Order: sequence, then C-alpha cells, then structure tokens
Amino acid sequence: MKRLMTGDEAIARGAYEAGVRHASAYPGTPSTEILENLATYDEIYAEWAPNEKVAMESAIGAAIAGIRSIVSMKHVGVNVAADPLFTWAYMGVNAGNVLITADEPGMYSSQNEQDNRNYAKAAKLAMFEPADSQECIDMVKAAYELSESYDTPVMIRMTTRVCHSKSIVEIQDRVEVEPKTWEKNPAKYVCLPAIARNLRVKLEERLQKLAEYSETSPFNKVEMGDTSIGIIASGICYYYAKEVFGEKASYLKLGFTNPMPKNLIKDFCNKMDKVYILEENDPFIEEFVERLGVTCEFHGKDIFPPYGEMTPDVIRKAVDGTGLKTIDFDRSKLINRAPTFCAGCPHRGLFYRLGKRKDIMISGDIGCYTLAAGKPYNAMDSTVCMGASFSIGHGAQRAFNMIGSGKRVVTVLGDSTFFHTGINSLINTVYNKSNTVNIILDNRITGMTGHQNNPGTGFTAKNEETTLIQIEDVVKAIGVKHVKVIDPNNLQEVDAALDECLALDEPSVIITRWPCVLKKFSQADKAEFENLFKTKNKVDEEKCIGCKLCLKAGCPAMSYDKSEKKVRINRAQCVGCDVCTQVCPKEAIVKED
Amino acid sequence: MTKSILLVGVGGQGTILASKILTTGLMEAGYDVKMSEIHGMSQRGGSVSSQVRYGEMVYSPVIEKGAADIVVAFEKMEALRALDYLKEDGTLVVNNEEIASMSVITGDEEYPSDILEEIGKHVKEKAVDATKLARDLGNEKAANIILLGTIIKAMGLEEINWDAILEANIKPKFVELNKKALKVGMGAV
Repeated sequence: MKRLMTGDEAIARGAYEAGVRHASAYPGTPSTEILENLATYDEIYAEWAPNEKVAMESAIGAAIAGIRSIVSMKHVGVNVAADPLFTWAYMGVNAGNVLITADEPGMYSSQNEQDNRNYAKAAKLAMFEPADSQECIDMVKAAYELSESYDTPVMIRMTTRVCHSKSIVEIQDRVEVEPKTWEKNPAKYVCLPAIARNLRVKLEERLQKLAEYSETSPFNKVEMGDTSIGIIASGICYYYAKEVFGEKASYLKLGFTNPMPKNLIKDFCNKMDKVYILEENDPFIEEFVERLGVTCEFHGKDIFPPYGEMTPDVIRKAVDGTGLKTIDFDRSKLINRAPTFCAGCPHRGLFYRLGKRKDIMISGDIGCYTLAAGKPYNAMDSTVCMGASFSIGHGAQRAFNMIGSGKRVVTVLGDSTFFHTGINSLINTVYNKSNTVNIILDNRITGMTGHQNNPGTGFTAKNEETTLIQIEDVVKAIGVKHVKVIDPNNLQEVDAALDECLALDEPSVIITRWPCVLKKFSQADKAEFENLFKTKNKVDEEKCIGCKLCLKAGCPAMSYDKSEKKVRINRAQCVGCDVCTQVCPKEAIVKED
Repeated sequence: MTKSILLVGVGGQGTILASKILTTGLMEAGYDVKMSEIHGMSQRGGSVSSQVRYGEMVYSPVIEKGAADIVVAFEKMEALRALDYLKEDGTLVVNNEEIASMSVITGDEEYPSDILEEIGKHVKEKAVDATKLARDLGNEKAANIILLGTIIKAMGLEEINWDAILEANIKPKFVELNKKALKVGMGAV
C-alpha cells in the first residue's frame, strides 16, 4: 500500500515492520516524531527517557535481554549518549539494536551543526544514510538484519530534510521476530579491562567484515551514464545532485557509509574524468577518497561549503557560478518575522521582569525560553547545551564572587531540561556552596518540541498514567533550603521572589508553575490552575493613553492603532493571562464581562 | 516535467493542512510527490513554508530560488519574502492579509503600507481576500482551503476528486465548510 510519509514516520514504520519491540528516546528537533510514531504501535513498548544517555542504555538493555530495540535523538543528543555508545560497540548486540541520529545541516532548530557520521567512525559502528522515506524503511529493516548477523549496533544518520520531507513509500506487514535467549556471558557484556581488550580485537575483525559488506551492499550503487562527470553522494545530496546534473553524469550513491566501500569508490573514480563529492557538513567521504589515491580530478570542500544544506542552488553556484534567474525587488521593505512567545505563554511575565534587572548575568538553556534572548526581553546571556544553565551559572557566580564584582547570576531552564541533566548541575551548585538563583520554568510539558510528556507530567509516552515526580520535592531532596513556587503571570510574585533570592548567600530555586498555553490540559491541570486561559482582556479606550508600555511585554495578541492612538487586543488570540494588565500604568486593560 | 508549488505564511495559518491535502490528492492522482517543511522554532509566530513538488519522478524535495511555478502567500509580507523563489513567469497568489510581527508590535519596525505595490512592480500578482471570504463562509480558519483552491485552479488540477480527499483528512463537522471553501478558492482566481 502506498503512503506519503515523512522520514521520521518511515523510520518508525520500518522499525515496526522489522519486529522492533522496544523504543526509547528524548525529544529533539528533527527526531521527535520518530518516537511519537513508534508510540502509536501497540506491539512496540515506547518511552520518553529523561535524556539521551538513559534512552541509549534502555535500548541496550532490551537488546541484551533479547528483543529488537531502537533509540532516536537529535545530533547533539548523541553527545549525551556517547558514553554508553562507544562501549556498546565493543560488546556487540544480542537482538538487533539501531540508533537514529537526526543531524541538522543549516541549524533550523539547533545550537550547532556537528556531523554525527564522525561518531560512527570513532565508535566503529555500521552506518546508513537514507535519502528519502522509502530508504528510511528499507534501511531500518536492513539494519536489524545486519545488526544481528554482524553482532553490531547500527547507526542511521538522518538529516532535517530527510526527517521532515514527505515522499511516497510502500508499506508492508510486520514480521514478528522470536526473542533471542539471554544467557550469562560476562566475556561479552562486562567490559572489564581484560575483557575489553579481547573485544577490542574482535571489533577490528567485525569492521573488516563490514567493509566487505559495504562493497556489495545494495545501498551502495553505481548508475553509469556520461563519464565526464562522476558524482559521489550520500543521503539527500544524491537527489540534489540528480536535480542539477540529471542524466549528464554518472552516480555512485552511498547509502552505507561506515565502513566505506574502498574498491567500489576506486573503480568508480578511475572511470571518470572528474568527480564531485557531495555530502552535507564534514568532508567525511572526501577524506576517505583522498586517502585512496585515485587518479581522476575530484572536488569536495574545496568548492562546496562545509556548512549548511547542499541544496541544488548551492551545488550550481559552486560548480559553475550560476543559478536560476530570480526576481529582483526592494529588500528594504522586508520586515523580520522571528519566532516569539505565544499569547498567554507563561514565560512572558518572568522574562519581562527579569530582563529589567541590572547587574545580573542570566545563564540560559535549551527550550522555547531561549527566545527571551531577543527583543523585547533581552533576558539571556548564555546558552550552550541541555542542562548547562545551572552549571555555567555556578562557574560564573564563583568567578564573580572571586573577583569581587558584585554581579549575581540567575540561571533559567525548563521542566524537561531539569530532568534531562539539570538535576546533576543543581547537585553541583548545592554541594559546592554556590549562591546562584536558579529558576525552573515548569510549564507542565516539554514545550519546544511539540508537547511530549516528561517525568513531571504524570503521563508516559503512550499517555498512560504514572508516578508524577514533583520538581520541588527533588530540589529539596538535593538540599536546596530556599525553594519558592510562584505564578509567573503574577508580576508582583515574580519580583518578590527575585528580590528575596538575590539577597541570599546560599543557592535558591524559584519554580514558575503555569502550564504551556498550547498544552492539552489534564484533569490535574484543570484542578490545579484556576480559570486556565478561559478569560479575555480588552482595552478601555477612555483610559488608554497610547503610551505603548504594554507592547513592551511582547505579546503577539496586541497591536497599536496609529490612527486612534490606542492599543488593540486581538480577541481571537488573547487568553487573559493578565501580564499586560499589570504593565499598564493607567489600568486601561480590563477583563471582558 | 516536475512542478513546484510554494506555500508561505505565518505559523498557525494552516499552511501545513493545506499542503497535506494537496500532496495526498497529487499522490492519489498517480504523481510522484515530495514535500518539505521546516518545523521547530518557526511554529511560534515565525515565517513558515511548505514546498510541494510533483511530476513523473521528483528528485529534490526542496524548491530552488527562481524555480516555483506558483507561490501562494497566506500573508502579504511573506509574499514579498518568497519572491526570490518565483519563476519569472510564475504565478503569485497573495492573501490580502497583514499580520504584524513582534518587531512591528514593539515599534522597532514599521509594516510597510505598499507591499502589494512593490510586488506589482515585478509580477502580476493575484490578490485574494481569503480571510474575508472565509469569514463570509462562517469560519476565518477556512482561509487555508480557499487558498488551496487557488492552487488547484492555477495548476489545472480540477480533475482530482478533492471532495473525497477533504472527507478523508478533515474532521467530519468541518468537511462541508471546507468543500465550500475550496470552490470559493477555485473561483477566486
């Protein structure tokens, strides 16, 4: 049966068809929808882990115990999961195990552009690079066969365009796979130095065999055409190249790229006058080709950029400086349309007030709230990676205290980020006697990636009820003595909590507790939060003096009517959070009757 | 010959649903189809776009600058931003709707009053009051399907059974509204 699927849906479908029974992941664009789709299959146990390392280990455990498992994450998630990954590669699997890494050439929703193919090489994993959704299905299924026959974890490197582009696939039935038996086998599963030294030797033998597979893999294929130009391309770059060169070139499409097919590449290159190596980000294939000492002229990162997407326009420009003709227009008329906090976003009140504080450094984190770095809040001074706000803040506060600058550090992260790696950082802050003010934005869901449950929501990935882990209980158990839970929409509460905590010589935690405006509210949410986004505000035109102060709170539901010199509230967007009401100096914003 | 359709707008305007219906119809009509969207940060009031390509055999899911046969802009400023993508002889449909960005709300930038004039200097655009037409139908949110109707008309895709595709992809209580919206759109250009 034909379906239109994104690459993410197709990975989930492929895993389903391959008989996978265990899936673990931490959300992260562009990988999130993989687990969301896996969770829709009754035959698959699917979970959100608190972070990628835990997800990886959960999948390792299931594979050792004898069932096929999958783990998915965005590229930077593999940094978190790298510790178990490298040793897991030594051990080999029992039942098949596949890791999906979703890389982000172009950084649409990421803090860096690392090329995770380097992980496959460094950890010595087998690796596939799908080019479209059908290949996502085919490669996942092949990956499980390979994983079990070669006793290796397999990595599949996706990119944003593969994850989020739809193309037509043919779906098939699921094939159930008998669980493998688990037996005590410390020589395989206990990586003590003496055992690891043996496994290390075996690992090289396995790589040799995988290199042989690579030469004849159906996913590494030659399309012979005109031999004046040869294209070597992996992932979606193959289709970009076809768009540009069409029938005027020969192609070596590489879908299995670690280990690389040495002879196949050499033979191909030797038949061509000139070869272009098309790959996104690092010269991963190119450096391999370089070492082969091929005789033809070849080009890679000497003409193609090592960053961004290798889209057809980029290829055209690099190859002959041309591009398609475009319409020239007056660009000065373009206005910027950056993403912003939604109307009713519970982050607004906190950042509106926090951004007004002088002499503080705000150490931020990864989430919707990173948008506070921009106008009109200007309330974030650093963002590095998940969970880093607390620990970077701790280091900065130590330094400020040492220098005697008098500067205070306020750290900010979200609920899911707190469970991810924030907990470890907070332990450091308490243990090492810091005095940072640490804010946890508890909007009752993982917001940024589109509303995934987390340990603080009381529900699992499959929407089953589970133990709700209360953030304030965890914080207190870690040893924080000053813990305040506030309503971030109440600006007085925000100011009072900040005043109190900034005056302390000990670490403190402020939990801003109000649900994300886009959340589908649970019964518990409805019971806990009164009048949840049920009211509307309006401008009393008699009282509004058109001072525009309220607009500085940055709410997209508000606008200024130049002819009338009054502020307007878009009724369809307003959810009555009342931040603007408190900002107005004339009490001109009131509730609708 | 592969055809390229670009839908642009502001997060929340329904470009994704419109392109889902479009691509489903194209697939069922026997075309090879690819669609590309960028999710993530763009959902929060930022610019959004869906790129749809169809034909006998589609390679890239991405539309190059200067390659779109039709650009349908759900908002005026986004039409201007997308001009780069339009073929010189391509079709531009603009929803006559203005959505202020945050920089406009806070007063850092001003929304130009002459966007349509600037566009008109370079291409013969077809302005459609989709939001108003949808309001007349009783639901402003149907503007996306009205704009989908303009694509179907402009690309000559009327033969496809769109009513059946709407029935299969839209909540039952909104099907009739959207069938009407599609017809309004097809008549608007």
